[in-house]
Amino acid sequence: MKKSFERFWSMFYARNMEFLRDRSSLTWSFVFPFFLLFGFSFVFNRDKPPDAVKIAVTGPAAQSWQTRIDGLPQVQAVVIADAAEARDKLAHHKLDLVLDTAQQPPVYQISETAPKGYQAEQLVIRVLERKALGNRAPPAVFTRQSLRGTEVPYLDWFFPGMLGMNIMFGSVFGVSYVTVRYRKNGVLKRLGATPLKPFEYLSAQLASRMFLLMFTTAVIFTGSMLMFGFQVRGSWLALILLFFWGAASLIALGILAAARTESEELVGGVLNMTTWPMMFVSEVWFSLEGSPAWIQQVAQIFPLTHLITGARKVMNDGASLTDVSHHLLILIAMTLVFLSISSALFRWTKR
Amino acid sequence: MSSILEVRDLVKQYPGLRAVDGVSFSIDAGVCFGLLGPNGAGKTTTIEMIENTLDLTSGEVFYKGQPRGQKFREEVGIQFQSTQLLQYLTVEETLKTFHRLYTRQASLQQIIETCQLSDILKRDNRKISGGQKQRLLLALALLNEPELIFLDEPTTGMDPQARRNLWDIVQAIKNLGKTVILTTHYMDEAQILCDQISVMDKGKILTSGTPKELIQRYCPHVTIQLPLSLPAETLQNLPWTIETTPGGHELHAKDAREVLKVLMERDLDLSDISIHSPNLEDVFLVLTGRSLRE
Repeated sequence: MKKSFERFWSMFYARNMEFLRDRSSLTWSFVFPFFLLFGFSFVFNRDKPPDAVKIAVTGPAAQSWQTRIDGLPQVQAVVIADAAEARDKLAHHKLDLVLDTAQQPPVYQISETAPKGYQAEQLVIRVLERKALGNRAPPAVFTRQSLRGTEVPYLDWFFPGMLGMNIMFGSVFGVSYVTVRYRKNGVLKRLGATPLKPFEYLSAQLASRMFLLMFTTAVIFTGSMLMFGFQVRGSWLALILLFFWGAASLIALGILAAARTESEELVGGVLNMTTWPMMFVSEVWFSLEGSPAWIQQVAQIFPLTHLITGARKVMNDGASLTDVSHHLLILIAMTLVFLSISSALFRWTKR
Repeated sequence: MSSILEVRDLVKQYPGLRAVDGVSFSIDAGVCFGLLGPNGAGKTTTIEMIENTLDLTSGEVFYKGQPRGQKFREEVGIQFQSTQLLQYLTVEETLKTFHRLYTRQASLQQIIETCQLSDILKRDNRKISGGQKQRLLLALALLNEPELIFLDEPTTGMDPQARRNLWDIVQAIKNLGKTVILTTHYMDEAQILCDQISVMDKGKILTSGTPKELIQRYCPHVTIQLPLSLPAETLQNLPWTIETTPGGHELHAKDAREVLKVLMERDLDLSDISIHSPNLEDVFLVLTGRSLRE
């Protein structure tokens, strides 16, 4: 056991040294997320209208209003029975506008900081007002309510997604390319000729990547908090555990992809096939609200979904460790499954 | 002497190619055993199957009379033909990284001295010469104080001085009583370093023995070349076969001393005479009709 740890430590140390001394990769790992965040803060402070809006209709007349709204161009309307649930989704940028038909005149709500709130108002409410009155000057058919002060600003909503995305790319590509390169140039063959076991090697790669990712994530997190004033409303411990196990599961996924692969092109293709769906369905950029139920179910098989969803719950909604425990358990299970399969499939040499 | 390694009927079959075809041999402890053959003969495939880094199609390998197990990994040292090193690490860090992987550990200082690495310990792996890299790879193969050491084409691509330097190190390792298995396509390397040789071609072992035995068995004659300026009639009635080639008159005999004695009795000018003793290259030529480098 002691020797096994010594072998693990030897690999862990060597890989860390390789990464830390590769200054170009190291610099890029730190700089890229800041570029991304700056880009987004710039983009979402502009009045540039995005191109589609999601509307929820609640109340007794929801069905008839939904039919009228759904006929409008560039608008997707859904019925949500529970008005509180609809408001909550609006606050979390899963919706762009909520129309409550329980009151007369109907009340609509938008988030002042949402990137598509203004667009939704123009596309739906103004159009409906004009249609109701035959394009003459409209009376106040709807009552407007703003979520200002209670909503989660879009950048705050996006921040956990950006961190998750950065962890995902740093995890899967970092570890898989290194393993494939080692296999191609014979380093793995040399290591395999020693008493080193696949599990020792793979867990050292996982730990090394984890150490580097946690370090870079901590730097990016702190820097972003200072620059943009993000808050963690819930449990810090839960957030750290989510980042830790989220990264572990994604690194293990990268290791699995590289367990037998001999070419960077192949492993790159396999990982692109995995990461791009995650980018779209794990709600990195935008909510999946309104998308078909099967897509939302498929999203649950991806570790990134659990990482981002859990982190948003903690950072934006003040969730506790218990509140996100199921996300954590899923991430731990995925890590162990991916790592076990990788150890069983692993090859030191080319075929 | 007891056998440390026994190989029985090794076969490696690839689609459309039988790379190794029924190779068998046994190596005694403390011996330097050479697999000599041209590129593509199947030497590396054979040695990698024995090292357990390549799956064998069929056959058996016994280490100290037993099938190879975890003990084999702990007790053998391997220098592969082509291996990259961990990047951004120094020579010293590389040695320490691999050293920690073994339960049985040799003295690092002794290995550094044996492999002449003292001057480059702090140097980045990426900034060492080919000869230095080979010495480092050899050092990695010695870290666990191995009883059996595999050296696969250890001097390929090295300049003559670096090759001789590495031969000295291998001699030093031999002097420690280690068993060495060496593959090479350099006839001089095999002749200088190896106690036992198996000549290999097209996946098969053609013959085995000590270098001296092989030469005596397949090329028992020395070739004495006399200049063309010697009149042909002066060479008449000699008891050896004489061929006249563009390079001179070639005379083949078992004993060069006897030839020289007769020629001196005839009072011939022997200042431009050359004597070629047969070597393993000639053995391979006799066995296959081809040169080792073809």
